[in-house]
This record gives sequence, structure tokens and C-alpha cells, in this order.
Amino acid sequence: MTITSNTSVTPAAFLRRWWPWIAIIAAALILPFILPPFRLNLLGRFLSLGIVALGIDLIWGYTGLLSLGQGIFFALGGYAIAMYLQLDSLEPGQLPEFFGLYGVKALPLFWQPFNSPWFTLVAIWVIPALVAGLLGYLVFRNRIKGVYFSILTQAALLVFFNFFNGQQKLINGTNGLKTDTASFFGQMVGSDAMQRNLFWITVLLVIAAWYLCRWLTSGRFGDALIAVRDDEPRLRFTGYNPTAFKTVVFTVAGALAGISGALYTVQSGIVSPQFMAVPFSIEMVIWVAVGGRGTLIGAVLGAVLINYAKSLISEQLPETWLFIQGGLFLLVVTALPDGVVGWWRQGGPGRILAMLGSSPATATYPGLDQDPEVQAEKRAIESRAQTLESGASQPGGEP
Amino acid sequence: MTVLLDTLFNGLAIGSVLMLAALGLAVVFGLMGVINMAHGELMMLGAYTTYVVQNLLKNGPLEGLFPAYILLSIPLAFVVSGLAGLLLEKTVIRRLYGRPLETLLATWGVSLILQQFVRSVSSAFFIGLVVAVALGMLAPRLLPAAWWRQRWSPLLGVGSWVGAGAIGIGLASALGNERSLDQPWFSARNIDVTAPEWLRGSIDVVGVTMPTARLFIIALTIVALVAVHWFLQKSVWGIRIRAVTQNRPMSSCLGIPTEKVDALTFLVGSGLAGVAGVAVTLLGSVGPNLGGNYIVDCFMVVVLGGVGKLLGTVVAALGIGVLSYILGSGSLLLLWPQMPAGLNETITFFATTSMAKVLVFILIVVFLQFRPAGLFPQKGRMVEA
Amino acid sequence: MKPLLELKAVSVSFDGFLALNDLNLALAPGELRAVIGPNGAGKTTFLDVITGKVKPTRGDVCFRGQSLLGISEHRIARLGIGRKFQTPRVYQNLTPRRNLELAVKGSHSPFTLLLGRLNADQRDRVQELLAVVGLEANASRPAGSLSHGQKQWLEIAMLLAQDPDLLLVDEPVAGLSDEETERTGALLRQLAGDHTVLVIEHDMDFIRELDCPVTVLHEGHVLCEGSMDVVQRDPRVIEVYLGVEDEEVSAGATSAVATSAVASDSGSHQEIT
Repeated sequence: MTITSNTSVTPAAFLRRWWPWIAIIAAALILPFILPPFRLNLLGRFLSLGIVALGIDLIWGYTGLLSLGQGIFFALGGYAIAMYLQLDSLEPGQLPEFFGLYGVKALPLFWQPFNSPWFTLVAIWVIPALVAGLLGYLVFRNRIKGVYFSILTQAALLVFFNFFNGQQKLINGTNGLKTDTASFFGQMVGSDAMQRNLFWITVLLVIAAWYLCRWLTSGRFGDALIAVRDDEPRLRFTGYNPTAFKTVVFTVAGALAGISGALYTVQSGIVSPQFMAVPFSIEMVIWVAVGGRGTLIGAVLGAVLINYAKSLISEQLPETWLFIQGGLFLLVVTALPDGVVGWWRQGGPGRILAMLGSSPATATYPGLDQDPEVQAEKRAIESRAQTLESGASQPGGEP
Repeated sequence: MTVLLDTLFNGLAIGSVLMLAALGLAVVFGLMGVINMAHGELMMLGAYTTYVVQNLLKNGPLEGLFPAYILLSIPLAFVVSGLAGLLLEKTVIRRLYGRPLETLLATWGVSLILQQFVRSVSSAFFIGLVVAVALGMLAPRLLPAAWWRQRWSPLLGVGSWVGAGAIGIGLASALGNERSLDQPWFSARNIDVTAPEWLRGSIDVVGVTMPTARLFIIALTIVALVAVHWFLQKSVWGIRIRAVTQNRPMSSCLGIPTEKVDALTFLVGSGLAGVAGVAVTLLGSVGPNLGGNYIVDCFMVVVLGGVGKLLGTVVAALGIGVLSYILGSGSLLLLWPQMPAGLNETITFFATTSMAKVLVFILIVVFLQFRPAGLFPQKGRMVEA
Repeated sequence: MKPLLELKAVSVSFDGFLALNDLNLALAPGELRAVIGPNGAGKTTFLDVITGKVKPTRGDVCFRGQSLLGISEHRIARLGIGRKFQTPRVYQNLTPRRNLELAVKGSHSPFTLLLGRLNADQRDRVQELLAVVGLEANASRPAGSLSHGQKQWLEIAMLLAQDPDLLLVDEPVAGLSDEETERTGALLRQLAGDHTVLVIEHDMDFIRELDCPVTVLHEGHVLCEGSMDVVQRDPRVIEVYLGVEDEEVSAGATSAVATSAVASDSGSHQEIT
């Protein structure tokens, strides 16, 4: 670590340290005015998907729990905000239109609290978190892990999907709830000005979610998560209760998915049981896998880039998207296990350049100099330089 | 009494389809620990094979065999799905042994590819695909051997596949200009298989109407079950498979070709999926999305039954089948007309097929609270290793 | 004196196979005890039963007079029972320092880890242990890149960081050099007294070095107990290890037992002395 504080910071050093943030803020401020509304809306949607990807990275990349059911929490967040917006844009005493179609006269009891904006704001993330916490606790308590956990989360997803599809009277079944025609603060949610505000909110929340995940993964808590992933029994014999850690982190991921779902809903204009479709939840996993699991920025990048690619390809050659997506799954698993960001950080581009011969492969062992043992030894030798014992320089480093 | 028998029969029928579908999965997952998310798509291949066989026999010189086409398609579907599974094992799964989560994702990718494949496959497409795969696999032989010893040979490996793919796509689009080659074999819509005459009737036994198609599926399930049991317990290769499952290094030391055993196990499991696909065609129209409807249920059967025990699969499939039918048809109300009002409402609430699934899942999760390893768990020190 | 740990007629059956069969054993506080036995004698299952990984089919395990049956592994660990595994199990993707910071004694609840910090004592303890096991120079690179011996020592340090009353040490010197073996032996002897230590080892010379009572397990049962010399002369022990009864060997028994034990331990030892 070089000395960064205390002395007055030069502008160049400031730029070096902060340029990613400057770039992000600049882009967030400028993009809404240069992108056409349609593209801006897409970008906002994909960014909000980055939040659910962050949650998946937290549970899969760090803790080793591959959940195929994040769509549950994603959709729950979406339904919460959608119902609030529908209720909010009604005159007093009115009911959302679809209730009339199924002969429902009074607002069902569990929807009542969604008249309140404050309750909704909390419900968006607390309800998914509670569902995730309960489901997680029941599963983790019995030490169901690995693929069994994945299968059970997928089954749970299918169950929620069936349930939401089947309940016309309560949640409008397969049709879902629309938000784009609802009004909020006197503006249509689907209007351009509103969408621009939503874009900024999304950017802020993505950054907040990223900070949250970084805080969770950087300290001893993060170490414990990695320990759960790498050797859970060992952790248990050290006096830790992995069930508690897994439940906590799964709950957080559920909350993130709920926020993500709410943002996605207001920007796409509708929430429907399709948010809980089995393939969509697996797609979420592939965003993280391609971006790079275990790297937070990779999760967000993966979500944005893959969805952008998907929207482009689906516009041009809809038949090929499934082939490409399937190919991505295969590619990531077999060739890029750490994703694009992981590959980049491990010097992947350099290796390719080395293969092409642009920089000659080094004949020495540059890694040897960085070996801590060698460095410690070097220091030891230097400190003893005056006595200069001939036997001091034994070969260091690993065999 | 009749109601009870009727319920039992229908539950048995649903359970037997589930069992047939889960049987292959139980073999692959139970013995190899491989999660094959493409299992449902292998079933779909079996169903499409049946469709092709039916169309081939409908008109033409072999018309006389038409009534038996369903019997003919069983071995054929086994072979088609089995070979597809074998290809999958040789190319993808082999690289991923011991990494179940990665296998899960990779096979999901394969399932997406297979789904789109049956939607868009045409003669031109097929020729292009075969050429691309052949070129990709033969690239190490076709290119100068010296190239493969260069520093950039890993890139060549990727590059040769990219090149092969490009040639395949180019060829397919060139051939696609020919109208006759561009016709999709199957459209994206569902296909219908007409059951032969002798499977369309029904038999009445003590007041219960049993459709022959259902009876046929039950019979097929029993035959498949007995065959798998015999194969694993009595045949030489079955014993080798079990030996490898229990102790891979030791089996290898004893001269068992473990790679062949893996391939064979996967082939058998995939082939069984094909057979299940044949059975599914008798229940209604099938489409590219067929796999998705079964895969989660199949995995629930395997998880509930406990891994590695066929008996567990049988009991779990039948249990889930009967329970789903009882709940979904609301026949509890018929059996017990004067039940308390609260219970009555609850049962009516769940009395649709999809809502029954919800309740069955909840029951399974509750069950797993008491028996986390399923109905028939394996014991011993190896389990957690 | 009341025993710290007591196994009373413990049996463990895996589908009819008795991994432990009517096992009785008591450890006094502060005792150092070695357990030996041929492969398949049930040594690891024996540790599994104490640490709660395996539930005994019959019998009872008591720690400080309290039954451990039905208590989950992490609670048993919190009661003061630490375990080192047969093959070194450290968290490969964490640095030795972080490995130790996870293991160090203190509250292990998620919220403490998230909101609290290590106090000065804990940080000092981690630093001290890094010095004890000679990993200071390697403290901040992934533990996965350490050599086998360093991992063994790191795991021992993690055990010490946990500060348990009872240390269960499974093959602490497998794959260590002679010098490292000697230091490990000294460390374990030094720990005994304040702590109760139970060592499972194949290396007979090492056990002789420990100079402590030895329990021989065979087919899940205690075959005999006593000092190393007594045990080695016991004809039953020789029979178990060599498969034949050999009366006249007494001086030679040492090396015979050692050699056969090493041979039976599927190659995890490099040095045969």
C-alpha cells in the first residue's frame, strides 16, 4: 500500500483513484438525455436486474448455494409495488379493474396495507426477505445442500408459479398487474419523465446494493461465507452454526431480489407470474456466471451485458437466442469457470497475448520475487548484511 | 368403493408416468450423481421419435405395421435418446464429474439447445450441424500436427470450433435457399400422436373405467422397472456399474473400464427417458416444451425417494401420483362427503391440478423436515464424504 | 478424579456393520492420550461420535458429566471440544491470518462477525499463533498455496486459536519432516496439563516420543491400554498388526509394528525410520 492520505492529493492521483466513480456518475447524468427513451428504459431495466444478480453472487459466488428460485422473491417485490401503484391511482372506494371481472367486491384483506406508500416501501424488500428466510431456514436446518438445494428452490419456484397463475381472484392470475398506466405523484408511471427518474433511482440503488454486498463480503462475515462454501463441516467443528450464516445471506439475497423486481416492474410496466417462470431464474444464474461469480462487479456487468445482447439478438434473429444462451451456459462452465471478470483479473488477456507471441514468455520466475517467504528472507538477509554470513542464502521459495 | 378404486387407478396411472420419467433420472443421478437437466428434453426426443415412426408407417409400404408402431418406437426411442445422451456424456458431462452444480448449468444449456433444435431443425440446418460437428471433432486430424504443438494451440482448439461452426452456418444458409431443404421438420407448434386403434378403448372392471392407453403405460412402466432391476442386479455390466458407484478407484484397479461404465450408465438412463417420451405421447399432444413440464417433478421424485435406491423412486412416484390425483380431483370430498366445513373449503381450494402440485410440494418439504435424506436414505461414512 | 470425557458402551452401526462396538474410554482432565489401531479400527468414527458428526446407535458420550447425545456439532465445539482432521482442512481461499481469525475464540454468531471487530486480545492471539507455527511470512497469501506441512501446522494453530479444553488431534504429523514432527510432539506435550489432548497417529516413533498412555482400537473395540512398551509386548496387539502370533519378538516388535502401521496407512507417510 502506498501512502494515500495525509498529504495533499494531487488531481492526477485523485483521478486515478476515483475515475470509475466519476465515469459512472457522468454516464448516469448524461445518458438520460442522449439515449432515446426506449433504450434508456431498457438500460434501466437491465441495471435493476443487476441487483438480483448481486444477490445471487452473494449466495452462489461466495456461499456456494446455487438457488434456482430467485424469481420468487423478484416477483414478490414486483407484485408489492404494482398493487400499490394500482391502488394509489384509484379514486377512493374504487377497486382495481380486474377484481370486477372475477366478481370480487371488496379488496382482499392482505392487499389492504398496500394503500400505504410507507408500508409498500418496506414490504418490497421485507416480504421477499421473510419468505426467503423461512424457506432457507427450513432447508438449511436439515443440511440440504448442493444440488438438492438447487432442486428444492426450483421446485419452490414452480409451486409459486402455479399458485400465482391459479389465483385470478386475488392477483389477476396469468394476466398479472399492470403499472405503466398507473399514476404516481400526478404522473403516468410509463411517461418518459417518470422513467428518467426511475433510471436515476435504479442507478443509486445498484450502487447501494453493491456497497451492501461489499460490506458483507469483505470482513470476517465474508470469510465465514467463503468458509461455508469451501468446507462447511470444518466450520461447524470450529463452533460456527452454518445454518445461521446461510439463512442470513439467503434472506439478504431475497431482499435484493425483491428490490430488483420492484424496479424492474415499474420500468417494464407489468408484473406477471412469468417473473417466476423456471427458465428466467436460471437465466439470472448465467448472468452471474458469465460476469464472474465471486466478483460483485461481474454480477452487475453480466446482467446488463447479457440482457443487452439478448434484446439485440431477439430483435434480429429470434431463433438463435436459445442456441446462443445454451452455448453460453456450456462455455462458461467448461472454459470460463470464473467468468469474464475473473478471467480478466487472473491475467487472461495477457495469457492470450502470450500465446500469440506478442510478448515473449518469460524465462525467469517472476513469481519467485513476490513469494512472501523470499521477501521475508531478503529482508532478513539485508538486516544482517554487515555480518555477512555465507550460509545465510539458502534457496527459498516453494519446491 | 368404486370411487376408491377409481381414485387408486388414476393415481396409479399418473404415478406410473412419473415413475417411468424419473427412472432414468434415478439411474443417472442415483448411480453417477449427475444432475441432468436435459433429461426432460431427452424425453422429448423420445416423443418426437414416436411421431416420426408413426408418420413413416402411416402411409407407404410398411402400412401393415401401423398398429404396432408404438411398440416399434419404444426400442427406437431408447436408441435415439440413448445416443443423444451418450453424445452429451462424451462431450460435456465427462469434463464435469465431481462438479454437480456446474453439470446442472451445463445440462440446462444443452436442454435449451435441444428445445430450439426441434423447433428450427430443417434438412439444411441438420446437414450444416452435422458438418460443423464433424469438422470440429476432426480438426485435430485435418490440421497439420505441428500446429498443435505451438504456443497458441489452445487458441487453435477454440478457433477450429469457431471455424467449423461458421462453415456449418454458411452451408446451412446456402442450402436453405433450396425451398425443399428449408422446410422445418417439425414446426414450433405441438405435435399429435394418434394412438393406434387398440389403445383407444377402455376396459371396465368393477365399475372402474380403465383406458387401455393408461393400462399400457402401467404395463410399460412395470416392464421397464423389472428390466432395470435385472440389469443392475444380475447383468455383468450392471454389477460393474454398481461397483464403480461404490468405489471408483478400487473398481478401476480391478480392471473395470470406468469410463465405459460411465458412458453406459448415462446411455441407459437417457434411453429410459426416451421410453418415457413414448409413453407421454399417449397422454396428449407434445411439444418442444415437454421437458420443462416433467423435469421438476422427476427431481422431486428422486429427492423424496432417496438417492440410489430404485425402491425409493417407485414408492415416491406412486405416492406423489396418488396424492396429486386425490387432491387435484377433489375426490376426498366424494369419499368423505360430510367433512367439517373448514376442511372442505381447504380441499376445494386445492382441487385443481396446479394447486394440488402446490400442496404436494408443501407436504414434501414438511416430510423432508423429518427425513432429510428421503424415504430410503443411504447410510455410512461415505455419504458425507 | 472425575473424567473429562467418558464414552460408555458406545456402538455405531452403519447398515449392520459395527464401526464401533461396545467402546468404553475415559479421559482424565489434563491427560495426554494416544489412540492407535490398524485401518478400519474405527478411529475416525470414534472422533465423529465425540464431535457429534455421527450419532451412536447405543451407549452414551459424556463431557464434564454432561451427555453430548443429540447436541449439534457446533454446540459441542463451543462446549470446548476442538478437532483437527486427518487430512489438513484449512480454508484454501483464505489467508492463514483470516483462517485463524475465523477460528479464534469468541462469539461466532453472524451478527458479531458482521458488526463487531476482533478485540486486541484476539488480534494478539492470532499474531502469536502465526509466530508459533512459523507462518508470519505467509500470513497474507491463500492457504491453498501452502505446503502440506504448513497446512498441517496452520490447522493445529486454528485448533489452538479455538482454545478448547479437549483437543482431538487426528494424525498431526502425517507428511511432516522429522524436525516438524519433533516440534509437534513438543507442542502437544506442552499443551497437556492445561488441556486434555487425544492424539490418533500411525507413526509409532512419534507416539513413543509423546510418552503417554496408549489405547489400541481394533474392530471398534478397545483391545488394550497401557504405556507404549506394555502395549507393544501385548500378543493381541502384535497379532492385530501383523496377522500372526510371534512370541519371541520383543525388541523387534517396535519396528515391526511401526513398519506395518506405516505400510497400512496407504502412503501418507514419506519417511520410514
